[in-house]
Amino acid sequence: MKFAGRALLIAIVLVAAAAPWLAPNPPGRQFDAYLYAPPTRIHIGGEYGFYFYPLRIVSRLERRFEEVRDRPVRIAWFDGRLLGSSDDREPLLLLGADSYGRDIFSRLLYGSRASLGLAALATLAAMLFGAAIGGVAGFAGGTVDEVLSRFSDFVLVLPAIYVVLALRAVMPLVLPPRDVFALLTGIFALVGWPVVARGVRGIVASEREREYVTAGRALGAGPLRLLAVHLLPAARGYLSTQATLLLPAFILAEATLSYVGLGFPDTVPTWGTMLHDASNVALVGEAPWMLAPAAAIFLVVLAVNLLVQGSGRSPVQLEP
Amino acid sequence: MTAELGPRARPDEVARTRARFDLDRNPVAQLGGWALRAARFDFGESFLYNRPVGGLIRRAAGNTAVLAAAALTIATFVGIPLGIVTGSRRGALAGAIRTVSLVCLSIPPLLTSLLLLFIASRTGWLPTGGMTSVEAVDAGWAAWVLDVARHLPLPALALALPLAATFERLQAQAMTEAIHQPFVVAALARGVTRRQLLIDHAWRVSLRSMCAIYGLAVGALLSGSFVVEYVTAWPGLGRLMYEALRARDIYLVAGCAAMGGVFLAFGSLVSDLLLFAADPRVREGQTT
Repeated sequence: MKFAGRALLIAIVLVAAAAPWLAPNPPGRQFDAYLYAPPTRIHIGGEYGFYFYPLRIVSRLERRFEEVRDRPVRIAWFDGRLLGSSDDREPLLLLGADSYGRDIFSRLLYGSRASLGLAALATLAAMLFGAAIGGVAGFAGGTVDEVLSRFSDFVLVLPAIYVVLALRAVMPLVLPPRDVFALLTGIFALVGWPVVARGVRGIVASEREREYVTAGRALGAGPLRLLAVHLLPAARGYLSTQATLLLPAFILAEATLSYVGLGFPDTVPTWGTMLHDASNVALVGEAPWMLAPAAAIFLVVLAVNLLVQGSGRSPVQLEP
Repeated sequence: MTAELGPRARPDEVARTRARFDLDRNPVAQLGGWALRAARFDFGESFLYNRPVGGLIRRAAGNTAVLAAAALTIATFVGIPLGIVTGSRRGALAGAIRTVSLVCLSIPPLLTSLLLLFIASRTGWLPTGGMTSVEAVDAGWAAWVLDVARHLPLPALALALPLAATFERLQAQAMTEAIHQPFVVAALARGVTRRQLLIDHAWRVSLRSMCAIYGLAVGALLSGSFVVEYVTAWPGLGRLMYEALRARDIYLVAGCAAMGGVFLAFGSLVSDLLLFAADPRVREGQTT
């Protein structure tokens, strides 16, 4: 199980890294004749090798498409990217097109970069911040510990999703994508750190009494060196568990915020903005391929859960 | 001020409205007065609806509570029995349950609600959103309850599925731990039957760690219910908060956040009471 989870996670990261090479179309390009087009069916054999028939819209009202049987288009392999259409006007839409006629598959690949990158960065920030605060609180003890612990407890009891929403809403609603990225990273880190801090504080406070710390102090190590070199490594196991809990939570938080329209603007492909496009109930029934980003989120969370289950830790992720 | 009264307002009207919104006093006094009233759960008037925040929140919180209670009931009655099975047995059945649970665990409420909505819109088995139909509003009390009951399963299931999976995993873990304790062997040696052993002995011990989860589950229900309410248009607290945020209605936002805090506090109270009922050591006043 652990192996399967790890393999899946590595595969997802590789796909995200290689997105420009794997994607058949640019993520922002709109094919005007292909609004809500279904996934292209690929045929194999004959003189063309891999080929597909371009789609023509038959009825705009019912959004019905038909294949043009007499004009097959060859699929070009390794032409600057893994695969693509040999005819620039006839797109290869592996997972269909969205409401603007953009290629969902390509957007999914590019979107994984924003979604995963944001979650990874926010996790890292929350861990660093939490470890620093928890380490100082556990090491210093006394009043410092009391103040820092009460403060993190205070943040901890607030309902996380409401805090995220409120923090996001005080900022201007429309921001350039780069600012949204930084802002969301900051907000997620702010909400995520207290859990980490509380655990690290407990570990550091109990490790502080051990002989090796006294020995280190006797050898002349200052408090910073003791904390960074000797005490925090003891919390490594705890930190890795927390990371596996925070990462999927943050991916989901981005998706939720973008879904309700408080995250990235619609032009930026992320899994959340793509789901936002699928939020029209009447449409989703007709065009289930719009739910592809949901499947992507599922795969990431499943990979993390497999990893956690395989290593025998409990997969509790009760906060968003 | 201009937005409220228009550009041609008379000076005395402006003064009256300023007094109504407390704008004629200095900022510190404004904040102090508001905080004093907020401590008594009086959050002032909503800008968005022009009504007292308290009434709006009470209605929304009631709807959220119905949704959360339904989801919690489903999750408890599905998750815990299955967890007892998977925690105490090996074999194909337990393996199958474990796999399904792992899959459900990986579909958070945002995805379950979208998925269920997709199924509902394809098959037409359940209404695809809202809490009541238009016809049922004036049709009398019984019809209204029936109508709500028809709208409830979709959001409740969306919220309950991941939670049930969490309960199943935790119960299985607690059960396995309980079974490996020496008192189980002692009970077996005394000739206690397997069924009795599982329910009366091992499960009672595993309950202790389950009780603590219930306090956390309320937090999860709150965050989950925000998404589910948004997707399925259930008029609850999360939806109200979202609308208030979009309209920059700060009083309403503060009220919603406070209500969320009340829910969390209630959750940990319930969890402590459950612990009190389940663990005799806590009743005796010993802390372990």
